[in-house]
Amino acid sequence: MPELKCTREACGNALVELGRANKDIVVLSADLAGSTKAEDFGKVFPERFFNMGIAEANMMNTAAGLAAAGKIPFATTFAIFASGRAWEQIRNTIAYGNLNVKIIATHGGISVGPDGASHQGIEDIALMRMIPGMTVLVPCDAVETPKALFAASEYKGPVYVRLARLKIPIITQLTDSFVIGKFNVLKEGADATIIACGVMVAPALNAAETLIKEGIKATVINAYSIKPLDEERIISYAKKTGAIVTAEEHLATGGLGSAVADILAANCPAPLEMVAIKDRFGQSGEPDELMKEYRLTSEDIIKAAKKAFARKKQ
Amino acid sequence: MALSSDKIASLQSRAKVIRQHIIRMIGKAGSGHPGGSLSAVEILVALYFHKLRINHKEPKWPDRDRFLMSKGHAAPVWYAALAEVGFFQVKELDSLRKMGSTLQGHPDMKRTPGVEMSSGSLGQGLSISNGIAMAGKLDNKPWRVYALLGDGECQEGQVWEAAMSAAHYKLDNLCALLDFNGLQIDGPIEKVMSPLPLADKWAAFGWNVITVDGHNIEEIIAALDKAETIKGKPTMIVCKTVKGKGVSFMENRHEWHGKAPNPQQVEAALRELQ
Repeated sequence: MPELKCTREACGNALVELGRANKDIVVLSADLAGSTKAEDFGKVFPERFFNMGIAEANMMNTAAGLAAAGKIPFATTFAIFASGRAWEQIRNTIAYGNLNVKIIATHGGISVGPDGASHQGIEDIALMRMIPGMTVLVPCDAVETPKALFAASEYKGPVYVRLARLKIPIITQLTDSFVIGKFNVLKEGADATIIACGVMVAPALNAAETLIKEGIKATVINAYSIKPLDEERIISYAKKTGAIVTAEEHLATGGLGSAVADILAANCPAPLEMVAIKDRFGQSGEPDELMKEYRLTSEDIIKAAKKAFARKKQ
Repeated sequence: MALSSDKIASLQSRAKVIRQHIIRMIGKAGSGHPGGSLSAVEILVALYFHKLRINHKEPKWPDRDRFLMSKGHAAPVWYAALAEVGFFQVKELDSLRKMGSTLQGHPDMKRTPGVEMSSGSLGQGLSISNGIAMAGKLDNKPWRVYALLGDGECQEGQVWEAAMSAAHYKLDNLCALLDFNGLQIDGPIEKVMSPLPLADKWAAFGWNVITVDGHNIEEIIAALDKAETIKGKPTMIVCKTVKGKGVSFMENRHEWHGKAPNPQQVEAALRELQ
């Protein structure tokens, strides 16, 4: 069994590491510093940590001002509030001005659990992806999370990083590369391609193991860079395998699946099955109960892969 | 230090020229916001021709004072002031709102030299100014941050989030100015959605508040000087102004919030502004 760890915890540690390396790194929090783990940075660098209270719109624009004056601000809160409450501030000030603000959104997806629908950001990828010039990263485990933060801090311009609340398996290696605009191929197989992001990458790997026993060899791709997408890889694997499954803890509308569909339709139409939330809000429940209810398990990926594989033969 | 009468006269004639630019450029564009541009003329003259430490030859000079226009629809007065300072040529004002222009309908920091921050969507500029002021404090920089807000804009809740945090972080390197002309696009502010009493609200939020006649350059400058001496809290200068100031048929008429004068009206207005 792989080790389990929260991506948000890894994020807290990474922020401290970044703060040590660069004195221009500042961190903002809209309360919730304990939940997002932004407090770790605040303990080490109190003068560079700004708790902005429960006022996300003001936090995003304050971050914009800090960036305009040469700082590298990391603005942290839950995905629903970062992308929803402060969307227009991100759009009109941060992105329109191409300001160097890093938005760290924890508690993405329904695996937030018992807090229920109001706290489960399920449309944030879509909301951020549509903004011109925005970069959207979704690391898949606690090893990849610091790499996403380091890449974001080196990149000049606005970046949205989506993290989860719960502990998830560590499935990547320290030596795996992380380049904005690229995907990593975790497993090769000629019959179908599963493109997954975030917490769905581990179930995608499990699904591929089971699929082998049923005669379907699937490629598994870790799509950590949702925008820009690794267009080249999507096209080459669509051509190579002829059947695509996307898996994300997000609405089917506007997320990874939609982004992949755009590329396929324009370049190399292929059967595509999306494992995603279908036009409904979340609810309270334990994360594993919710993932089952919303069809976001490895069994759902297996079903989708079989369906895409069958469609290929039609 | 009191200003010489020559200096005041020169600032007043600057104000007149800027008003002429505003009328001409909006007339030429065929759309735009004359009312709230004309009300803020003396405020920008006091800042750009007296107070701000800036260098038009080096718009991004790191140690410059920063001015942000949160009420971005008043872009014409900003563009006119920047052109008069020398950030770009006065003839560029003719391109306002035209395809490919450096002078967008609302300020765009990526296109216009001297424009510190894009704006237009109301309620955001003070929060941004706070961030800049916080960065200045972190690095012990001597420069100051100035932000111009509208009175109607104070209906945006985010303005008060920003008011709260500027006082919380004791941003005494920040000075906001309120263009209190009493009108917004739909009518008088207290009829649309009263944000009054404004001076009391800013004081209650922990700000040092100074109220001035917003068309009296000496008073504005005295308040700006005073603000620099206040430690531990940000200053709000409430500038009582007249919307459409200087053009009789525009003064105190909300209909001129966002409407361009036709060629005859441009001519009539320019006659008054001689």
